[in-house]
Amino acid sequence: MQLNREALLKAYRDMVTIRRFEERVQDEFSKGNIPGFVHLYAGQEASAVGVCSHLGPDDHIASTHRGHGHSIAKGCDVVGMMLELFGRKGGLCGGKGGSMHIADLDHGMLGANGIVGGGPPLVIGAALTAKTLRNSNVAVSFTGDGGSNQGTTFEAMNMAVVLKLPAIFVFENNGYGEYTGAEYAVGSRDIAGRAAGFGMPAVRVDGDDFFAVHDAMREATERARAGGGPSAIEVSTCRFYGHHSGDAQLYRVKDEVRKLREEHDCLKNFRRRVTDARLLEAGDLDAVDAEVAALIDQAVAAALAAPPPEPETLMTDVYVSY
Amino acid sequence: MAQKTIRQALHEALAQEMRRDPRVVVIGEDVAGGAGTGGGRDAAGGVLGVTKGLITEFGEDRVIDTPITESAIMGMAAGSAVSGLRPVAELMFSDFLGVCFDQIYNQAAKFRYMFGGKARTPLVIRTMIGAGRSAAAQHSQSPYGIFTSVPGLKVVIPSNAYDAKGLLIQAIRDDDPVIFCEHKLMYDLKTEVPDEAYTVPFGEANIVRDGDDVTIVAFARMVHYAAAAAETLAREGIDCELIDPRTTSPLDADTILDSVARTGRLVVVDEATPRCSMAADIAALVAEHAFGVLKAPIRRVTAPHTPVPFAPGLEKLYIPDSDRIAAVVREAQGYAR
Repeated sequence: MQLNREALLKAYRDMVTIRRFEERVQDEFSKGNIPGFVHLYAGQEASAVGVCSHLGPDDHIASTHRGHGHSIAKGCDVVGMMLELFGRKGGLCGGKGGSMHIADLDHGMLGANGIVGGGPPLVIGAALTAKTLRNSNVAVSFTGDGGSNQGTTFEAMNMAVVLKLPAIFVFENNGYGEYTGAEYAVGSRDIAGRAAGFGMPAVRVDGDDFFAVHDAMREATERARAGGGPSAIEVSTCRFYGHHSGDAQLYRVKDEVRKLREEHDCLKNFRRRVTDARLLEAGDLDAVDAEVAALIDQAVAAALAAPPPEPETLMTDVYVSY
Repeated sequence: MAQKTIRQALHEALAQEMRRDPRVVVIGEDVAGGAGTGGGRDAAGGVLGVTKGLITEFGEDRVIDTPITESAIMGMAAGSAVSGLRPVAELMFSDFLGVCFDQIYNQAAKFRYMFGGKARTPLVIRTMIGAGRSAAAQHSQSPYGIFTSVPGLKVVIPSNAYDAKGLLIQAIRDDDPVIFCEHKLMYDLKTEVPDEAYTVPFGEANIVRDGDDVTIVAFARMVHYAAAAAETLAREGIDCELIDPRTTSPLDADTILDSVARTGRLVVVDEATPRCSMAADIAALVAEHAFGVLKAPIRRVTAPHTPVPFAPGLEKLYIPDSDRIAAVVREAQGYAR
């Protein structure tokens, strides 16, 4: 496992933060406190955290519709994120982006993306910057099984191989693109195999297992930083909610989510692994749980108390006036 | 001062900016050419030679040949711009926006606003526009109106070599996405161009010719057709004021409105199709802000609302020419309520 106590606690804290953030967003959305649409990441935490634990603030990521988890794992401010989702002043994007465009360039987070497959071409750009400036940074594209079918993703993978870019393509296969199964929509049913077809090393890992993701990402990151070019990681994972909050999930079989939560919960797995191996005590993890619960409460309280964006911000951050 | 072609002016602007700033890179299909062939590098230098020789001076890390995959090119340019480079990406023909528009329209153009002001995207997209070479429907369009309609894009349309160099340097130094339109039939057009680097600011129209009777606004190649029409009309006693906006986003509305306030007549000449176009946009601007001074209906001289045809005879009919412009100006001048 090669992770020290501090790193294990940080990984757990990040994963729990994502889980509690998403559960609370679901509640607040149901209460009508969050406008628009939210796509929740709960269930997939081991992927975001296993990947981002290898990244520093100068490495870049680009995300999907389902971007809260990647943002938290990359170090974005949780209170600022909650404010943004609520559409309030002081939000991470000033209330102009919302859930689907949450971003923080200061943390190398190039944004969630409203366009499926929108991120991979941007990521090869961040990777080109790293290659050109020779700073050994890397850039990571998070894409779903849905985005794995987009031509933009194929183009980006080919370009990354041609230019030997320090890019890592992470495909989170949660089994569904919106309301349609990956079994149907991913023709080959083998996303890692497709990536390998473009000429890069590609592996499939169990997204229930933080350590499996972490190990695969270590190898990919070391290769990219050493000038060895791009890699791909397909993470088999699951989502505990629908495509978006409020999705009736008629495409899922009875008890599917209950079973996933029982048998494929990466948080429970992590807790069991580290306590069984006596790497951390249950009390350590309980303390993190309590800290995170307080942080999420604080974030929601701040968001509920914050005013809406000032009307004049409608016309700020504009560089072509008309 | 030396006479230079638009091709030379653009090349000079790129080379000077690449020397000045190591973050400036050129990205595109065959910007050098010859990669993976027996013939060796720099086999093309851009399909019309603008980037020829850059790879010799700057190397393949800064003159980056790509596969023919425009989404990846535009996305890579946008992503590199927002993370620290100042890329000049080539969209060989502007018609190819159809395969890569998402990266321009939904990504690069929106970063700064959508991310609450944090993003800077110093991206230049050089792209060819224009009909006249029988390149047919998918290699001949002038879609700058589409780009101009997108909040978050700056759009530049030079009509001569002096402006081309100064506007391209301005575009490279600009912190926002700029679409730089080059008319494919104008690369050999010469004007005096200083050897040193200089900028032409965005949003400042060029008054090509002064006159008090009719205001003509024209873009790119149409500036030259309109100038020829204005010569003919001057001999008939009609003095045209010819305005080349040079950039459509931002647009120098003041210069157009000031001119119309004096002339009371407006003719917009646009090689693009007429609907939801720059011609429509400028007509609306003047109708809204200068209705009271108009002595005649606003007129537009544009391509028809059709794809660009292939056969030379049909294409000639498609493109506005000096005779059509002159005829419409005469109608505007002769209009009586």
